[in-house]
Amino acid sequence: MDKVPILKLYGYLLISIQTDIHDLTIQALQEDILTTIRNTGARGVLIDISALDIVDSFMARTLRDTVLMARLLGAYVVITGIQPAVAITLVDLGLNPEYLYTATDVNAGFELLHDLVADEDSRRYEEEVPGYDDQQD
Amino acid sequence: MTTSRIEIREEGDIVEARRAVRDFTKEMGFGIVDQTKVATAASELARNIYRYAKTGEVIMEEVEHPRGVKVTFRDRGPGITDIGRALGEGYSTTAGSLGMGLPGAKRLMDEMTVESEPGKGTTVTILKHLS
Repeated sequence: MDKVPILKLYGYLLISIQTDIHDLTIQALQEDILTTIRNTGARGVLIDISALDIVDSFMARTLRDTVLMARLLGAYVVITGIQPAVAITLVDLGLNPEYLYTATDVNAGFELLHDLVADEDSRRYEEEVPGYDDQQD
Repeated sequence: MTTSRIEIREEGDIVEARRAVRDFTKEMGFGIVDQTKVATAASELARNIYRYAKTGEVIMEEVEHPRGVKVTFRDRGPGITDIGRALGEGYSTTAGSLGMGLPGAKRLMDEMTVESEPGKGTTVTILKHLS
């Protein structure tokens, strides 16, 4: 069974799924991602699936669950590179994309992650320090 | 008439089945979206074979009148006791309910038939017309 590597980049995690992967491999990857978030304190995870031309319900479900689980650990996940035919098929299958953060490519994905983490930080400071926002100007 | 057969024996065969189905539909001249839909449906049904029956076979064929692809998934597994329920009939299809297995495959194809006998096995056939 091939293991999908998790790269660390500027406090974020980067995963690129290069080939059509088996059920067991994607499940192991989910566990690896969550463990690595816990161990590194990463606030953002980028999963690039631009090489996947087939994404079925099992893969979609596992990715979606990973997004939700990562939120519980305090990290945002952005999925990048969904191919158009895959997007059409997933919507036909009934996938609800509302809770999913996506971007066209890795660059756009990192920008989105950065914004999501920055937004969360600014909201957090507002709550902790009353009047913090007033002090800014 | 071209046919092609894949045996499902281990977990890795799910991926092999969907790749083979994709290649088959590509050869037939299906566009990329239809190739993806048929291959994805095949993945759902091949997984069903592996998960419920452990072993089975996937057979791809070109059909005529109208021209299209027919893929048959056959196993000698436990069978389905309530086919209607397995197909999700009677369940409200709320937006955002990800169809898995049989209901998922049905959404992606033009036609689907399910024959099953508890204790004997299951045969699922899916069809996509070439437009």
